[in-house]
Amino acid sequence: MTTRGTGPGDRLDPEEAGPGRGSKMLGGRAVLVSSASTVLFFAIIAIIVALAPGSGIVAERFFDPFHLKQSFLGTPSTPSVAGAFLLNVEIFAISEVLILILALVIAVVRQIPGPVFFPFRMVAIAYTDLFRGIPLILVLYMIGFGVPGLGLAGLSYLSDVTYGIIALVLVYSAYVAEVYRAGIESVHESQNAAARSLGLTRWQSMRFVILPQAVRRVVPPLLNDFIGLQKDTALVSVLGSIEAARAAQIYSASEFNYASYVVAALLFVLITIPLARFTDRLIARDKRRRQAGALA
Amino acid sequence: MNSPGSPALILEGVHKSFGQNEVLKGIDLTVAPHEVVCLIGASGSGKSTLLKCVNLIEPIDAGRIVVEGEEITAPGVDVNRVRRRIGIVFQAFNLFPHMTVLQNITLAPRQALKMDPQGSRKRALGLLGRFGLLDKKDEYPDRLSGGQQQRAAIVRALAMRPGVMLLDEVTSALDPELVAEVLSVIRELADDGMTMLIATHEMGFARDIANRVCFLDAGRILEQGPPERIFTSPENPRTRRFLQRIIAAGRL
Repeated sequence: MTTRGTGPGDRLDPEEAGPGRGSKMLGGRAVLVSSASTVLFFAIIAIIVALAPGSGIVAERFFDPFHLKQSFLGTPSTPSVAGAFLLNVEIFAISEVLILILALVIAVVRQIPGPVFFPFRMVAIAYTDLFRGIPLILVLYMIGFGVPGLGLAGLSYLSDVTYGIIALVLVYSAYVAEVYRAGIESVHESQNAAARSLGLTRWQSMRFVILPQAVRRVVPPLLNDFIGLQKDTALVSVLGSIEAARAAQIYSASEFNYASYVVAALLFVLITIPLARFTDRLIARDKRRRQAGALA
Repeated sequence: MNSPGSPALILEGVHKSFGQNEVLKGIDLTVAPHEVVCLIGASGSGKSTLLKCVNLIEPIDAGRIVVEGEEITAPGVDVNRVRRRIGIVFQAFNLFPHMTVLQNITLAPRQALKMDPQGSRKRALGLLGRFGLLDKKDEYPDRLSGGQQQRAAIVRALAMRPGVMLLDEVTSALDPELVAEVLSVIRELADDGMTMLIATHEMGFARDIANRVCFLDAGRILEQGPPERIFTSPENPRTRRFLQRIIAAGRL
């Protein structure tokens, strides 16, 4: 078991192929070849774009520095895209916390055995099937316009943003619950057997032994879902909230210039990239740790 | 509740099937307090299943199991309470990889016995010291050798102060040079008078430590007796054949 790490198959791992061989190649001809191919690749794309018949107009409509700046900051008659983006961040931050909690509850409920809990399991399964199946935009319409229509005292007179958050939480919790479930099922049954054999109850075993291991394993896919959530906050605008995408649309409609969309897009990218890099680092750390564990 | 001299463990007509496959075909076995009983037999003879049934990890299909005077297979018995009195150690250690050695050991006393943190910690440190693992208390299991992991798993079971210990092939996953340290721990437990039911492939160890050896074959106890007799003059031809194969493999 301890010698598994030195099998010939493991040599295929690019990181283990040895820095010696890789750096020698890059040090010489490889650097030249890779730089030349990169330059050529982007040059060809630039030429194709520049030669397009409408390139002048696109540059003016999308990348005009004056409009980029003005839409970013806002005008007396149009909202600032940057300011509106703060609403996206707020929606994201609140939804994320609620999703983590609701999804965990659904995933755990789905794991409770025994005939008594059949209806609970059924509800959890029906929930994930339903909300993974309906497009987010339809859920937004149904919650945002349907719940106010009911005229219920506590539920029907909330803000558009609140209905947007509810819809996002309902849809994303279904996805995240499945991620949690995969994590729970990836913890070997022998861990549960060990916990139960010590006299821990089913719930204690879940809480202290299974879940901590499961959650650790699913952090990378969870973050991946949250990158998706960050972008989908833009859809809340269909209920009337002025977030970044809607602010950009207002600007473009009043100034006849699309630079505001570019600004909004850049803001989304700007906040997504750190999360993506953070995910990569977590995956790399996890991989390192498992390799260290295998060698120990 | 348990008068002195009454058996620590009684199995009566225990049957267990996995689907069509009947693994235990009526096991009768009585273990006295402080007795060490070794179960030997080929892989698939039912040794591990038998231990898992005693710990209620596997429900039995027929028969009854009595631990220290209480029938644990009766309907309505609180399985969590029963398991606290029966320690089990597995072939693959099954330590909790996300916890340090100390956390592994204090988890069940704190959560299942509701011990206070200091009390459970003190008990754990005492056991770790006794079995030479005190310097590993803050390590995670994957930083330990197989032998150390298995000793930690034994300590984890002992921290519940069980009346009976079940050991399921506890040295089978170990490199040969690590087997001795684990066996010496078990020997120490036997010397302390721990009642143990041990499934093992280590015939030399079984001969050394057991008060009684039971030979399991195809879900039945074919022969049992003191190790001197079983290992030198087995009566049943199957026992004889099994031991001959073991001797041929150089394991006795």
